[in-house]
Amino acid sequence: MTKKRKKGRIVIDRELCKGCYLCVSVCPDQLIGVSDSLNQKGYYPAEFKGNNTGEEERGCTGCATCAITCPDVAIEVYRE
Amino acid sequence: MAKKVFERPKYLKKSVFHYCPGCGHSIIHRLVAELLDELDIGKKAICVPPAGCAVLAYNYLDVDMGEAPHGRGAAVATGLKRTLPDKIVFTYQGDGDIAAIGTAETIHAANRGENITVIFVNNGVYGMTGGQMAPTTLEGQNSTTTPGGRDPARDGSPLDLSQMLAIAKGSVYIERTAVNSPKNIRRTKRAIKKAFKVQMAGLGFSLVEVLSPCPTNWKMTPVDAAKWVEEHVTKIFPLKVIKDKAGKVT
Amino acid sequence: MIGEAAVRAGCRFYAGYPITPQNELTEYMANAMAPLEDGTFVQAESELAAINMVIGASMAGARAMTSSSSPGISLKQEGISYLAAQELPAVIINTMRGGPGLGNIAPSQGDYFQATRGGGHGDYRTIVLAPASGQELANLTMTAFDYADNYRTPVMILGDGMMGQMMEPVTFPDPVDLQKLSPKPWKLDGADGRPSRVILSLLLDTAKEEEHNWKLARKYETIAREIARADTYMTQDAHLVVIAYGTAARIAKGAIKRVREIGLKVGLFRPVTLWPFPQRAILELSRFVKDFLVFEMSTGQMLEDVKLSLEGRSRVHFYGRPGGIISTPDEIAKVINSLYHRQRLELEEE
Repeated sequence: MTKKRKKGRIVIDRELCKGCYLCVSVCPDQLIGVSDSLNQKGYYPAEFKGNNTGEEERGCTGCATCAITCPDVAIEVYRE
Repeated sequence: MAKKVFERPKYLKKSVFHYCPGCGHSIIHRLVAELLDELDIGKKAICVPPAGCAVLAYNYLDVDMGEAPHGRGAAVATGLKRTLPDKIVFTYQGDGDIAAIGTAETIHAANRGENITVIFVNNGVYGMTGGQMAPTTLEGQNSTTTPGGRDPARDGSPLDLSQMLAIAKGSVYIERTAVNSPKNIRRTKRAIKKAFKVQMAGLGFSLVEVLSPCPTNWKMTPVDAAKWVEEHVTKIFPLKVIKDKAGKVT
Repeated sequence: MIGEAAVRAGCRFYAGYPITPQNELTEYMANAMAPLEDGTFVQAESELAAINMVIGASMAGARAMTSSSSPGISLKQEGISYLAAQELPAVIINTMRGGPGLGNIAPSQGDYFQATRGGGHGDYRTIVLAPASGQELANLTMTAFDYADNYRTPVMILGDGMMGQMMEPVTFPDPVDLQKLSPKPWKLDGADGRPSRVILSLLLDTAKEEEHNWKLARKYETIAREIARADTYMTQDAHLVVIAYGTAARIAKGAIKRVREIGLKVGLFRPVTLWPFPQRAILELSRFVKDFLVFEMSTGQMLEDVKLSLEGRSRVHFYGRPGGIISTPDEIAKVINSLYHRQRLELEEE
């Protein structure tokens, strides 16, 4: 079975993130995790995991659920 | 070529929110900013921010702002709107501001049918002052002034201001929503949009009560606070259209 | 009188709450605003709401006014403090009645401290004007709106029930042309083609709050220099000068006319601005006048300003009738008479 290339991706501004992880809790594909390094505010920011995988699975659906939920407008969403 | 489908709305200033992690205020600010653009009313909007956590709203919303004394938002908005009936005047108030110290101003503005919009953020607590009991604090809910939880015999019960306002003849549209989930956030945006449209159509008083988490003063993680809204707050303050005399507004 | 003068001054927003003895004004404004397309009258749910509506109207650029009597003015102090902090123009009428507490509805001058010392919280001043006749009431009402706009500050007209109920022929000044008033580049009317504006009073940064306090203080210094005003009556040759304002000054004037008839050289000094207090003019008088008699319809409030102004250079006597009692000119004439003769006796002894 061949996977369809995903058409979306998100960019998290790690310095705007305050580590509430609401985005982590709402992402339907569990593609957001937590960074293991602190940002300048002292939070472990949320991190998009969709870039770390192989070419085939890179990205997400671009549904923007995370961005809608983010209290700090730290997420931008791109879709092809 | 990828297209940006979600970005910072233009009526939000570039500043970083001072709100705590997981606070609902900043979500509501963003929704308002998006609507100011979508409805093309940002250039004629005047916001009346409150005293409380959202007192610094002028650092975020890029519209004219006239700060009101604690609780007096509806009275200040009355003066603004009556003088400038063609502008869009809205207050942004917390539960302590609107449902305790500003109850009289709010009820009478609604009763006069003032053509203003009220964004009423209900997080059940006085946030800025450190978590004291608000008029909306739930029975049994802890706060710094209700040791052992809110006791109705001692502290009274949560006040449903929106319901009270619905009785006033001059109120046109009142809805209660929440910002604890993506679905509810979308619903909140639709409600605020309708509230603005009611004002744009000159129909009268509109208000959206938004149940909002306060993880810091509730002493919960943001994710738990969001759940708590669903499991406890909405049981006492159910999400619904409380009054709609406007029907479909275009 | 105030109502008509206010409309002529371009007042287009009035919010008030019923309280005796000033309901005639609220009723007048209701009827005066109704036919004006750009006029607004709101009968508010409280004094607090009324003053806050005035704040909103003022932010929007309107010439706005509210009025009340002593207990109601106490409630308005919150808003007056914010008006001062936010540098918003507004006119507030206080028709003083007996107090403290609910007191009574008779004319009194017990709110002098509250009016001139700020009244609300924080480091600010309110311009306070004290008319003593119907004509002056009309003139000062118009002046009040100009001061409020020019200095961007709340202005209070301090009268009393006597003044409020007075019937006197008045010639009203011509109405102001609203189009010709100076624009208000700070007002809120939507950020269309300009950066958004913020009118706030919250200054969490202590350095900024201090800066704001000094800015206000400098403004108050300018006001004090530019508008302090008093009226005098037969002070040129006076051995004794009575100092009184408003209704008390009218009574005092009647008393002075009587004692002048029997040859006593007595004059009247009547502050028209209570804040700024006409300090210099009083100090000037002290070069020739050894005794001053302060007469107030209170237990002595302006008395303190008189003493401060004189810097100990002359003797200050006091006669007061608080609680809503209206003295007769004869009563004051007797007080003057006895003071005057004591002074002459002392001079003979020297």
